[in-house]
Amino acid sequence: MLRYSLKRLVQGVITVWFIATATFIAMHSVPGNPLANEKAVTAEIRANLEAKYGLDKPPFEQYLIYMGNLARGDFGISFTQQNREVNDIIREHFPVSATLGILAIVFAGLGGVLWGALTALYRNRLPDIVIMFLVILGISVPSFVVAAISQLSIVNLNALFDMSLLPVAGWGTIWHMLVPSLVLGLGTMAYLTRLMRSSMLEIVNADFVRTAKSKGLPATRIFTNHQLRNAILPVITVLGPSIAAITTGGFVVEFVFAIPGLGRYFVQAVQQLDYTVIMGTTVFYGAFLVFMVIVVDLLYGLVDPRVRLE
Amino acid sequence: MTEATFDPKDFEPIVHTRQVQSISRPSLSYWQDAWIRLKANTRALVSLYIVIGLMAFTILGPIVWSIDPSLQDLDQISIPPGADREATLVQSYIPWDGTTLLEVSPGLRLAEPATTQSVRLLWDPIDGLSGYRIFRNLFPVGPERALGLPLAENFSSRDVAFEDRLDLRPGRYYYSVLGVNESGDESGYLETLVVNVARVITFDEALSRGLIDETADLKEGDTLTLGLHPLGTDYLGRDLLARLMSGARVSLFIGICAPFLFVAFGVIYGSAAGFVGGRFDQGMMRFADFVVALPFLLFMILFKIVFGIGPGESGIAPMLLAMVILLWPATARLVRGQILQIRQEAYISASQLLGAKTNYLVLRHMIPNTMGVILVTLTFAVPSAIFTEAFLSFIGMGVAPPTPSWGSMCNEGIKTMLTHPHELIFPALLISITVLAFNLLGDGLRDALDARMRSTE
Repeated sequence: MLRYSLKRLVQGVITVWFIATATFIAMHSVPGNPLANEKAVTAEIRANLEAKYGLDKPPFEQYLIYMGNLARGDFGISFTQQNREVNDIIREHFPVSATLGILAIVFAGLGGVLWGALTALYRNRLPDIVIMFLVILGISVPSFVVAAISQLSIVNLNALFDMSLLPVAGWGTIWHMLVPSLVLGLGTMAYLTRLMRSSMLEIVNADFVRTAKSKGLPATRIFTNHQLRNAILPVITVLGPSIAAITTGGFVVEFVFAIPGLGRYFVQAVQQLDYTVIMGTTVFYGAFLVFMVIVVDLLYGLVDPRVRLE
Repeated sequence: MTEATFDPKDFEPIVHTRQVQSISRPSLSYWQDAWIRLKANTRALVSLYIVIGLMAFTILGPIVWSIDPSLQDLDQISIPPGADREATLVQSYIPWDGTTLLEVSPGLRLAEPATTQSVRLLWDPIDGLSGYRIFRNLFPVGPERALGLPLAENFSSRDVAFEDRLDLRPGRYYYSVLGVNESGDESGYLETLVVNVARVITFDEALSRGLIDETADLKEGDTLTLGLHPLGTDYLGRDLLARLMSGARVSLFIGICAPFLFVAFGVIYGSAAGFVGGRFDQGMMRFADFVVALPFLLFMILFKIVFGIGPGESGIAPMLLAMVILLWPATARLVRGQILQIRQEAYISASQLLGAKTNYLVLRHMIPNTMGVILVTLTFAVPSAIFTEAFLSFIGMGVAPPTPSWGSMCNEGIKTMLTHPHELIFPALLISITVLAFNLLGDGLRDALDARMRSTE
């Protein structure tokens, strides 16, 4: 277990290095000079920036400087905002995105398992048909449309009751988080529901379930202790990729609901061509996702004793 | 001893009178069998028809509905589908001095019938005020006193006329006049007037838009019918149906081309790795693992910046390239796995014993036998490519305006969602239908083509 974890960790570090290198190469192939179109940059600042990033040096030396900075956890200074370090930006905006993402994952996970189990139990009956119809809708409708429609519904709902039931946009209280995280988790929830349904259908008639029934266990106990626990395993394996989907899905939700998260900041940085912020957030997100996948894999080994980690 | 007598007939072969073995059904090829299974699946079949319908909408649509998608109809901006298309002919604009032709009634009132040419407001002077502020709202003012757009401020209590000519559209407006006292604060005076604005068009405008010709015998007050827009127009007055068709070309082109390209690359890469095997395979798959680890959407955006969009370019080619660079590994892995599996099969050994060369083996046996899996991957890749295009265009990182795509149309539509929801609904609906159809078709194909992958539904 320990050896396996270490191996995965080393692999993860190499992957992050690959991501950082790809980002560096990508950003250095962007046509134009990052300092050329910056009017506010004076000669001294320019000289300082060139010295810091070694912009006057050959690309390989720049790469070494960049990697050195990254290794020390220094993502650099924003090009468009004065005196703002990329680390500050991440520190300030990532917790918002993370809160939103965790809530979304919780919604998606709980909802997916619950609906999936329900549809399997009521196979081909009304609850199954209704839920699976909604699931297909959830998979087919883009998140920005769901976000827009739910925002529109909040506006109409507030107008209908002539009071502010839920905030339309922004961030701060738990009420601000409710709708955006639901919207963000919806696609994943639909996907997990499908997965849970098929995994549950395989287990409904498994030998151990029949044994439990013949032992005379109550149906609820069979459901919670035998069926659910076994059917949930495939759902856990896709949690890693789901985290990635929810993280990037956050861009749109943060954009529509005006939430000051890192995703919205990244989109903004891209629009303003803020090189350091783009590179910093990309590497940060990449590293985050790589390690989330590792964590989920290790977790899977703990949850399912049949999985041998080697 | 009797002599045996033989008749020559005895040496004729016995004719089979009964067929021992019969083939009750015609033999079916893999693809024929798959087609029969697919036809039995109603959902998949309906999806297939929808996909064909979408293709027709994209390819034949512009022939049937041949309006230029970039043409602006300035008389009909943000018009919902099925809106009134009548316009009344009027004289050219004549400046107003604040006097009235209508009967004078007290309070805030119209000096003349409200038209899209101008809305002329009059109200009664109130002594002691130092001026008035005039506002216009699209929605009822309500208890929060949402007055809307500030239009002007009059700096005298006797100055009680206002003419609005700012971007007027046919429809209902809520005009408010707010009294301002000496210190510049709001006084208690607030009056709101609901104004229904009628669409008018002058002779000159009608001539220049080609609605009438010089010889037409029309007089003031006659009604004209403006151009038809079955699905309405967008915020620049462009025909939504024409834009949806033209956007379909972009969205479906990316949605179908990108999967074809990256699946093709993945097939070549995966079959090479799977067939050669050993160190080469290890190295190639390790590289694929790294590419998989790249956060997809972030790198899509990065590549969009790198490849850049020059002036006048639509940005479709960079998006295709970025998708191919990032998305091939999944197919490569899948095909490699299949090839490794097939390599163990007896028919491959048989073929090798008969002297088949590597190329023949790969092209004749291995790739055709993975075709089912590849086709299913392809079908599922289409909706995700359409999603990606829509997502990127939505955050402004995709197809560059003025080229329409469903995603960029959603992006434009969301800004006017509250007042003109049709601009968002139609492209969003098309994206959803397309994605849904391809997903269901993919499910059906998977069930029809591959028994091992058959879903448990």
